[in-house]
Amino acid sequence: MSKREINWAAIDTDPRFQELHRKKTSFLWGLMLLSTVYYFMLPIGAAYFQDLFKIKVWGVVNVGILFALSEFVVAWTIAFVYSRKANTEFDIMAQAIIADAHKLGV
Amino acid sequence: MRILNTVAFFAAAFLSSSSAFAAGGAVADEFKWMTFAVFGVIIAITMAITFWAARTTHTTSEFYAAGRSVSGMQNGWAIAGDYLSAASFLGIAGLISLYGFDGFMYSVGWLVAYITVLLVIAEPCRNIGKYTMGDILAFRNDPKKTKVVAALSTITVSTFYLTAQMVGGGVLIKTLIGIDYEISVIGVGILMLAYVVFGGMKATTWVQITKAVLLVMASLLLVFLVWSPYGFSLPAYLKAVIADDKVIAQVAKLMGSAAATMSKEELGQRFLEPGLFLKNPIDQISLGMALVLGTAGMPHILMRFFTVPSAQAARTSVIWAMGIIGGFYVLTLFLGTGAAMLVGPAKIAGIDPGGNMAGPLLAQYLGGGADSLLGNFFLAFVAAVAFATIVAVVAGLVLASASAMAHDIYVGVIKGDRASQKEQVVAARVSSLIVGLMAITVGILAKGQNVAHLVALAFAVAASSNLPAVFLTLYWKKCNTTGIIAGMLIGSIAAIGLVMISPNMTYPKAVLSAAKKVMDGEPAVEAKAAIPGAGLKCELFAVCQKAEPAIPAQAAKPGALEKKAGLQAKLAIATDAAEKAKIEKDVAGLDKVITKAEGDLKKFAGQATSMMGLEKPFFLLKNPGLLSIPLGFLCVILFSLVTRDKRAEEMWDELYVRQNTGINAEGANVH
Repeated sequence: MSKREINWAAIDTDPRFQELHRKKTSFLWGLMLLSTVYYFMLPIGAAYFQDLFKIKVWGVVNVGILFALSEFVVAWTIAFVYSRKANTEFDIMAQAIIADAHKLGV
Repeated sequence: MRILNTVAFFAAAFLSSSSAFAAGGAVADEFKWMTFAVFGVIIAITMAITFWAARTTHTTSEFYAAGRSVSGMQNGWAIAGDYLSAASFLGIAGLISLYGFDGFMYSVGWLVAYITVLLVIAEPCRNIGKYTMGDILAFRNDPKKTKVVAALSTITVSTFYLTAQMVGGGVLIKTLIGIDYEISVIGVGILMLAYVVFGGMKATTWVQITKAVLLVMASLLLVFLVWSPYGFSLPAYLKAVIADDKVIAQVAKLMGSAAATMSKEELGQRFLEPGLFLKNPIDQISLGMALVLGTAGMPHILMRFFTVPSAQAARTSVIWAMGIIGGFYVLTLFLGTGAAMLVGPAKIAGIDPGGNMAGPLLAQYLGGGADSLLGNFFLAFVAAVAFATIVAVVAGLVLASASAMAHDIYVGVIKGDRASQKEQVVAARVSSLIVGLMAITVGILAKGQNVAHLVALAFAVAASSNLPAVFLTLYWKKCNTTGIIAGMLIGSIAAIGLVMISPNMTYPKAVLSAAKKVMDGEPAVEAKAAIPGAGLKCELFAVCQKAEPAIPAQAAKPGALEKKAGLQAKLAIATDAAEKAKIEKDVAGLDKVITKAEGDLKKFAGQATSMMGLEKPFFLLKNPGLLSIPLGFLCVILFSLVTRDKRAEEMWDELYVRQNTGINAEGANVH
């Protein structure tokens, strides 16, 4: 596969690539925003909502501990959701473009 | 054969200099042989790995990227190995054992950081890059200029992190088994050089995997032992932790005079509530930003993604890494609270004020205590894993710096990308040797220095310089050479500059006054009302009044000298042998405190200002990320907008298509 044979601009303007770009961008930014907001809620809550964090809900286990543990669950869930979407959708869309890469715009 | 000779030489040097192990350490002398046996076994395993890896490390791609033959799962374990440095595996368990909830909260950011790596960095970097961060930046920008800046930044970040690891590791080994600081630094250095120089990335990767597996197994065993008496119930277990007198005493100590009005039950519960350690939320957010964005800009983490065959494998490796790292931090909650309940915060802090000994001491306790064979075997095992951790993390960092030096600077800039395979591999090995020897020298020179700020600094520089450059060159069409260079330089200079004038540095005036207070005591203090701050600016810089919390009245405290005199008077009239022994122990403890204060008074006598000529910090946060990260991004954007770079624009289509599809990505080596 020689690099000269590929017309990158043609792939870039191909509707399938544009579709991949659009889907990926909105999905990634959404997840990124969600994870950032959820993460920073922890230090902010620990500093400014201490009364809430101190409420005991499960024996001596309080809201703060459950919230900190939930950070782990949320991080893992985001990783799982992303990899599922990428494995079942993005990879297949990219594969179709790769297959035609040499034909486009030559 | 060369490797076998090295092993023999090192083993001999390490084990024969028995004079160096004479004094101190958490392991009692009669059990030292066992510690060294466990160390020996772990070192032998890593050397066997190196020997095996060296046979298949001949080309550049094999040396820097393990022939791109590492599987996603293997790379995930190796990333976890790289990331669970001694600081995070001993440090976080220690913070939890001393400060409860705040220690656990601190661990969360280290995991969340991998979301950035997963979503925006891992796959594009795998598709675009070859061996280094410089390769990614040089793709559409001026190759020579960006490679120089990228290499400088890589070496800066790695050196900060490396120095912290070397100094931390030397101190740790001394505390654990009493080997002299210099000898343990040299030992770490020689072992690490053997892995990197002979086995390249393949040996480094497998040493990381071995270490990560050992670490996780050891932690699982300890957590099982700690938690099983409570039937694996979280509330029952934590209830037992906070009912413990040692934990209650620690909270009372941390709360100071405010503890007087609280019941025992309230004090215990306080251990599970925020605010015992992390008092400045703005600093917390600043640290969080550096972690979340800095991890993705760490050269030794980026480099790991070049070792897998495809972008899909890069994705798989982050998922595995997140599972392992997150799971490990959840385990540290039990390791830390378990150490607090069973060993006690006072004893942990007595051996190491930072709490680093919480995990090892817990292991010793669970095996049957300081006098038992099994207890000391557990301790030896955890100590050996800690040692392997330091060596492995340092190896990864040295490889990252050496690749920047050899691949970016020597091959890319000096040779203009025209060098034979053989020449490149020789350059890589020579660079590793240079960086490794530098690391040993810096480690020895920095003995006794305050290096705690260096890890924060490494993350801050990575987040303010590397990440904006890599991120914007991958995702923003208008980004160009001038923007990258300006952003990286200004971002890193801002991060370093702010730390230099921050509370992380040593301020002789403060040290002297603290030492005087220890010796001579403090007069009574009247209660002070809270002072409202005058805005965010005042929370960041010492230019106006910062918000201060209310301070309750405090009674006068006697100094150590006065206390010692009192104890000695008591000793003279004491008759009971047990009472005498207790008083003598207290006097010995006081003597330690007095020696340290006297040392500080002598060391800083006549000095008034810090290295930067400041009497007190000008920048008030410990973590500069809050300011330096936005500045780094802003500079890349502004300088890109005001300049034009034809190549950067022309290459955009190719870069963007390739990073999303993986067309023409560097393939795996076929053997």
